[in-house]
Amino acid sequence: MILDKLQRLGHRGLSRCAAFGRSGQILFQSIVARPAPVMMFPLLIKQIYFVGVLSLVIIVVSGAFIGMVLGLQGYTILVDYGSEQAVGQMVALSLLRELAPVVTALLFAGRAGSALTAEIGLMKATEQLASLEMIGVDPYRRIIAPRLYAGFICMPLLSMIFAVVGIWGAALVAVDWLGIHSGAYWANMQQAVDFREDVLNGLIKAVVFGFIVTWIAVYQGYDCVPTSEGISQATTRTVVYASLAVLGFDFVLTALMFGDL
Amino acid sequence: MGQDTPIDKAAVMPLDDIIVEIRNMTFTRGTRQIFDDISLKIPRGRITAIMGPSGTGKTTLLKLIGGQLNPDSGQILLDDQNIPTLNRRDLFIVRERMGMLFQSGALFTDMNVFDNVAFPIRVHTDLPEEMIRDVVLMKLQAVGLRGATALMPSELSGGMARRVALARAISLDPDIVMYDEPFTGQDPIAMGVLVNLIKKLNQALGHTSIIVSHDIQETLSIADYIYVLSDGKVIAEGTPEVLKQQDSEQVRQFVDGLPDGPVPFHYPAPQLMEELMEGGVFK
Amino acid sequence: MRTRTVEISVGLFMIVGFAAFILLALNVSGLNLTPKTGGYKLYAQFENIGGLTPRAKVSMSGVQIGEVRSISLDPQMLVAEVEMNIFADVDFISTDSSAMILTSGLLGQQYIGIIPGGDMDVLGDGDFIFDTQSALVLEDLVGKFLMNQVGD
Repeated sequence: MILDKLQRLGHRGLSRCAAFGRSGQILFQSIVARPAPVMMFPLLIKQIYFVGVLSLVIIVVSGAFIGMVLGLQGYTILVDYGSEQAVGQMVALSLLRELAPVVTALLFAGRAGSALTAEIGLMKATEQLASLEMIGVDPYRRIIAPRLYAGFICMPLLSMIFAVVGIWGAALVAVDWLGIHSGAYWANMQQAVDFREDVLNGLIKAVVFGFIVTWIAVYQGYDCVPTSEGISQATTRTVVYASLAVLGFDFVLTALMFGDL
Repeated sequence: MGQDTPIDKAAVMPLDDIIVEIRNMTFTRGTRQIFDDISLKIPRGRITAIMGPSGTGKTTLLKLIGGQLNPDSGQILLDDQNIPTLNRRDLFIVRERMGMLFQSGALFTDMNVFDNVAFPIRVHTDLPEEMIRDVVLMKLQAVGLRGATALMPSELSGGMARRVALARAISLDPDIVMYDEPFTGQDPIAMGVLVNLIKKLNQALGHTSIIVSHDIQETLSIADYIYVLSDGKVIAEGTPEVLKQQDSEQVRQFVDGLPDGPVPFHYPAPQLMEELMEGGVFK
Repeated sequence: MRTRTVEISVGLFMIVGFAAFILLALNVSGLNLTPKTGGYKLYAQFENIGGLTPRAKVSMSGVQIGEVRSISLDPQMLVAEVEMNIFADVDFISTDSSAMILTSGLLGQQYIGIIPGGDMDVLGDGDFIFDTQSALVLEDLVGKFLMNQVGD
C-alpha cells in the first residue's frame, strides 16, 4: 500500500522531470540552436498581431477598471489619515511594481496563452506539424519560434500599457471625481516613483512573466495528446500552470528586487 | 469502383526494382512492440499497399519511412541511404523526394488552397511567383480543383481537402508519395474520385505510391503489390490475385471482412456464465 | 490587403507600447534625462532632515519652485547639507529667507518649504540659506512632551 503510493509518487516525479526536459528542449531547439532568419519576420508580425494586438482590448479595459478601483480604495483609506494626497503615489507604485506585470500576465495567460496552446495542439492533432516536417520545414522554426518571440515582445508592452491606463483610470476617479488636486496627484507620484527601482523593475518582471507564460503555452500545445480531449486539457493546464508560475516567480522577483535578501 | 480502374497488366514494370527497403526493423512504443523484425520491399514506380487491421502500426510505418520516428533496430533504406542514421539536414533533403498525404489532409488552416499547394515550392525553390502560379494551377487542375484556389481549408469538404492535400503532396514532383488512410471517412463518390486519382497520378507522373489502408476493395483494385500486417509481422504479401487465393485464416478474415476469426470479436474475458454467476444473481 | 491591416495594427501596437513606457519613465517617475538647465543652486544645512529624499519638492507658499538635488553630510559641522535646484524664473528669494522641512499630510512625503524674508537682496547661485528648521521627528516630540510632564 505505502510502497504503491511511493512508487506512484516516484513515477510522477520522473514524468514531471521528463516533461521539464522536453519543454527545455523545445526552447533550445527553437531559440538557441537555430537563430531566427530574416525570413521569419512576416511570421513574427502575424504572431504579434494574434498575441499582442488581440489582447489589447482586455488589457486596456481591465487596466482602466483596476486603476479606478485603486483610486477609489486608496482615497477612502488614506482620507482617514488626511493623506489623500498620497493616492497618486500609492496607485503608481502598486501598479508599476506588482499589479501591472502580474495582472497583465494572468490575463495574458488566459487570453493569449490558451489560444497559443489550442492552436498548436490543433496543428498537432490535424497533423499539420507532421506535414510541415514531411515537407522539410522545421516546425520549431516555423511554428514555435515566432510565437515564443511574439510572447516575449508583447508581454512587456502590454504591461506598460496596463500601467499607464491604470494610472489614468485612478486619476479619473481621484482627481476628477473625488477632487484631489491634480498637481498633488502627479507631483506626489513623480516624487515617489523611481525610474530604475519601480519602472524598470516592473518591466523586468513583465519580461520574465512573458517568457514563462509563452513557454508554458507553447510547450503544452506541442506536447499535448493530439485529440480534442487532450487539447482541452492542455489548454486548461496552460492557464493553471502559467498563473501559478507567474505568482510564484512574482514573489521570488519581488524578494530579489525589493527585499534586500 | 473497382471496375473503372482495372489493373493495367500491359504497363506492369518489373517488381524487382526496389526503391524502399526495410530490413529486420523492430520498433516499440512504450512497452508495446509495434514491429517485430519486419522486412519488406517497395518496388519503384508502382502502387504498394500496406494493409492490416486498425492498430497494427501502419501509419507508424509511414512515419518511420519519412524519418519522423526512429526504429529500435534495423535499416530503412531509400536508394541505399539508411534513413534512421541521417542527420537532420540530410533528412530534410531526403524528404524533398517524398510527398505525404495525411489522413486528415493536414492543410495549413491559416492559408488558402493556393498558398497551401504553393508552400512546398516556395520553401524549396526560388522560382519566380508567375512560375509558382503556373505549377500550382497545374497541380490543382490534376486534382480537379483549379477553381478553388481562393477557398480556405475550412470551406472545403473532406474529399476536396484531401485532394488539395494530394496536390500539395505532389507539388514538388516527389519520387515517393505516401498515402495515410486516403479512403477513410469518405463518401462513395469522393472515394471513387480518390481511387481514380491515385491510380492516374501514379501512371502519369511515374512516382512510387505507398498506400496504407484498411479499405480492402478499393485498395485491392489499384495496388500492384500488397503487404498484410498483423501483430507486428507481415502475414501475407503478393499481388492482389495472389492474395485473393491465400487460404491462411488470418488473411481470409481480413480480406473477406469476417467479424470473427483469428482476430477475435470478444476482448479477452472470462466465460460469460462464470462472470455472471460471480455477481450472485443466478445463485 | 488583410496582411496590410495586420501590419499596421502591429505597428500601432508597438508604438503605443513604447509610448506607454516613455510616458511612465518621464511623466510618472519624473525621470529627467537632461538636468533642468536655467535653474540655480541653493544650499541649506539642517540638523536633521528626517525622511527627506532627493527629488523632493521645494516650495514657497505651497507652490513648487524647485527640487532637492542631493543630500550630503558636512564633515566639519556634522549636519546635513541639502543642495536644491531652484527654477530660473524664481529669482526673488531674499537673503533672510528661512527653509524648513515639512510633511505633506500625516503620512505624506517630506518637502522643503521656504518662507520669504523681507530683505531687498536676493539669493544667487551657490548661496546658503542660514535660517533653517529641521524636520519634526516624532520621537523627539514625544520625548520633549514626557520631559515636560516629569518637570511638572
